[in-house]
Amino acid sequence: MTDYLLSHLKQLEAESIHIIREVAAEFHNPVMLYSIGKDSGVMLRLAQKAFYPGKIPFPLLHVNTTFKFREMIEFRDRVAKEAGADLIEFINPVGADRVSVTPWTHGTQEYTRIMKTEALKKALGDGGYDAAFGGARRDEEKSRAKERVFSFRDRHHQWDPKNQRPELWNLYNTRVKPGESIRVFPLSNWTELDIWLYIWKEDVPVVPLYLAKERPVVERNGALIMVDDDRLPLDDGQKPEMKSVRFRTLGCYPLTGAVESEADTLPKVVEEMLRATESERQGRVIDFDEAGSMEEKKREGYF
Amino acid sequence: MKHAEGIDRYGIEGYLERYGDKGLLRFITCGSVDDGKSTLIGRLLHDSENVFDDHLRALTKDSEKHGTTGEGIDFALLVDGLAAEREQGITIDVAYRYFATERRKFIIADCPGHEQYTRNMATGASTCDLAVLMIDARLGVLDQTRRHAFICSLLGIRHIIVAINKMDLVDWSEDRFMEIRQQFSAFAAKLQVPDVHFIPLSALMGENVVNRSAHMEWYQGSPLLDHLETVHVASDRNLIDLRLAVQQVVRPDLNFRGFAGSIASGIVRVGDSVVALPSGQRSTVKSIVTWEGELEEAFAPMAVTLTLADEIDVSRGDVIAAVNNAPRMATNLEAMMVWMGEDALEIGKRYLAKVGSSTVQAVVREVRYRANVHSLHRESSDALTLNEIGRVALELVRPVTVDSYNKNRGMGSMILIDRESNSTVACGMIVDRVTAETSTSRRRDAGDARSNVRAQRSKVPAAARAQRLGQAPFILWFTGLPRSGKSSIAYALEEVLFKEGHLAHVLDGENLRLGLNRDLGFSAEDRWENQRRVAELARIQQDTGVITLTALVSPLAADRAEVRRILGDRAAMVFCDAALEVCESRDEEGLYRRARAKEIRNVTGIDAPYERPTHADLTLDTAAESIVANVERVMVFLRQRGWIGDGAKA
Ligand SMILES: Nc1nc2c(ncn2[C@@H]2O[C@H](COP(=O)(O)OP(=O)(O)O)[C@@H](O)[C@H]2O)c(=O)[nH]1
Repeated sequence: MTDYLLSHLKQLEAESIHIIREVAAEFHNPVMLYSIGKDSGVMLRLAQKAFYPGKIPFPLLHVNTTFKFREMIEFRDRVAKEAGADLIEFINPVGADRVSVTPWTHGTQEYTRIMKTEALKKALGDGGYDAAFGGARRDEEKSRAKERVFSFRDRHHQWDPKNQRPELWNLYNTRVKPGESIRVFPLSNWTELDIWLYIWKEDVPVVPLYLAKERPVVERNGALIMVDDDRLPLDDGQKPEMKSVRFRTLGCYPLTGAVESEADTLPKVVEEMLRATESERQGRVIDFDEAGSMEEKKREGYF
Repeated sequence: MKHAEGIDRYGIEGYLERYGDKGLLRFITCGSVDDGKSTLIGRLLHDSENVFDDHLRALTKDSEKHGTTGEGIDFALLVDGLAAEREQGITIDVAYRYFATERRKFIIADCPGHEQYTRNMATGASTCDLAVLMIDARLGVLDQTRRHAFICSLLGIRHIIVAINKMDLVDWSEDRFMEIRQQFSAFAAKLQVPDVHFIPLSALMGENVVNRSAHMEWYQGSPLLDHLETVHVASDRNLIDLRLAVQQVVRPDLNFRGFAGSIASGIVRVGDSVVALPSGQRSTVKSIVTWEGELEEAFAPMAVTLTLADEIDVSRGDVIAAVNNAPRMATNLEAMMVWMGEDALEIGKRYLAKVGSSTVQAVVREVRYRANVHSLHRESSDALTLNEIGRVALELVRPVTVDSYNKNRGMGSMILIDRESNSTVACGMIVDRVTAETSTSRRRDAGDARSNVRAQRSKVPAAARAQRLGQAPFILWFTGLPRSGKSSIAYALEEVLFKEGHLAHVLDGENLRLGLNRDLGFSAEDRWENQRRVAELARIQQDTGVITLTALVSPLAADRAEVRRILGDRAAMVFCDAALEVCESRDEEGLYRRARAKEIRNVTGIDAPYERPTHADLTLDTAAESIVANVERVMVFLRQRGWIGDGAKA
């Protein structure tokens, strides 16, 4: 410590904590969108750090599509409890029976719109939140590169590309009018590798699905889909196969492709990633469907 | 990828221990359209093995379709994802890119070089330590290059790498490189950028980007990436002045009361004496609390929570600082501003200023000048419009704690917010005015009164008044030792001007001390206040259309610089140059004699310094020349400036 230098992770951490505190101090009713993934995990840890020894002064909001991996839900409940945070789960009522709105009844796109985008808007509207933290990073996609840390949304939760505010230094403009809100991305400057390194160094808990294990999977459109419950319709004669797989990203199980892997510890996962020659997002069925449509989804109100 | 070798050698955990967590460098890339900025960034990413195969495959395919480089891969396409967005009118001020090598993680702030470059660059540069400034070797230093460098320097960037690109198109010529280097150096000498470095390269062919060029053996330096990996930026940080802007008070239970915030500068240790501002209450640091445990010391830019030994008043927006080295409290600020709003700055309108963690209502009292980004000249103006830069005087409704931006980025930066639209309309870099602010306690006491003052606008333009007087007013500020001839020349000049049909008026320091400045002595602080008042008065006269001639010793260069800012650009500094012996020999009132006898103190030349002006607009030899001759010289000077005579104009 004598050279008074902060490593890059510690600098990123400090920057994120600053952002989180700023939001807690300046907004009336903030909420943290907690998606249970690795980025959310880091974001949650940063929030714990920001207010220690106090508790996190805002609730966590999970928009559940009912198709999340079961392990995710177990993990979510445990972690929120350990963190002493209030957890709010929101499920769009139209799909709350778990069978009426599914990827195969409505198609991926429509299902996502109803159970994710619309659900999120409804959850935010019902809660009257004026700020919502999200765990998105700028390195996730080319079009995200220009994204602000504080992303302004009008009263319809829409992102108006022509009306975003310049961001300088760490001076964030947090002003909103009634009904308007801001999405805040405290992990903007983190890369995927930073996230993994941080999880490893700081012992941040992650859903075990990120680590390789024998799991029952079937093949769909070239992707390996895990059979997490009996709602997944199988083709005639199709039988789940046990394979050692892990997930690079976590979402709805029918839409998230697994990768075959033997990496059953965190360092091994990082090793696979570092040796990887292909990019991360390949596992996500939703992105295959609508390449480059992130922007549109954002305009609709999904991140 | 390179990682693989490292992992093979050290095992994954060993590799991560070694190379995982490292230094961070944030840099901005600036260049005009087609200088090769995107190509360079693409090259950096690719040649440092930060590009995935699937992206590369896509790139190869795209290059065949859209590429501009003929056969090869067009690396610009790696980062050019934003063209479509531009067409849709999406505002992109900065796109951020990330890559890492074993030595550093890099964050690139990539600013589109289009119309809004000033705003974009200011935004991008605000968080950067270094700038890579692109120059097309065929074109050399352009207006644009100078603008970019100016903005970087304004935003406090201390390292510029001038990347002289497209060397392949000038036959890898060392002469051309040297020529551009000289052009740029000559200009950069005027900027406050201590470290300027030049690299000849070809982004297209990847020469001197990551890999050393085979075509330019005459270049001994390292390629761009090497330089980015090793440039020393750590000492740019301010570890001297402890400041922590309190973001939140953490109070989980009755026994704990902590102040959470990021350390803007300096180092804090348990047991340090600190002061909370604005209350001014003191205490000592009891503990530095973090999630990982308590620390003995913490430093910028860490985000921590402090507890103090005493129950003192601290809330959000307050600043905790070292007792013996506290920042200043100010309701009046001077700042260089970059205007970012669609609507122009309005003098007298109430905005919100966010400074550190406090947000305060603010009025722009005046635009001191507008900086012409093309010529770097100062122009008078009473507004700033989108993308314009200028120095402004701000008045806040309550005091904020600040340092100058030069000294402390975190404590010297601010944004202005429009209260109706809530948009961020400007950013500001606070200028040091310590002399002015701390000059007298009277000023601080006056803070409350000032808070209710609103700038009012006259319905009669200054120009109309001047026109009625048939002149274009200006200010001459005479400086020099006591008895050097300031007053004599000023009064003689006043008469000559009057006879020629002008209305001029002398503000004589000694006379004013009988009335307006009766309450001031000769301490450094009072001397400054004396000058400040006269300068303000001169400006008032200027607005009435009257020519002003001032005669004040004004011994300190820093004060004179400050005076110049108050006076605006229709003012000139006239130095009455005579040796001390000469002045002493003219000592009719016995001023020097009494000073020598130590009967009086603070007499300039004897026991108070006089700093000779090095940049006076006009120097008069008042030892050798007569008053009449010197008056004539001033008249010649005024005609040359076009301030009097035929066609004199404002
Ligand atoms: N010959 C040559 N051409 C270059 C070099 N760098 C960039 N270019 C070309 O200059 C043009 C503009 O490059 P680009 O990277 O898009 O410029 P930007 O507008 O600054 O991002 C493209 O046609 C590039 O291929 C270079 O080093 N040598």
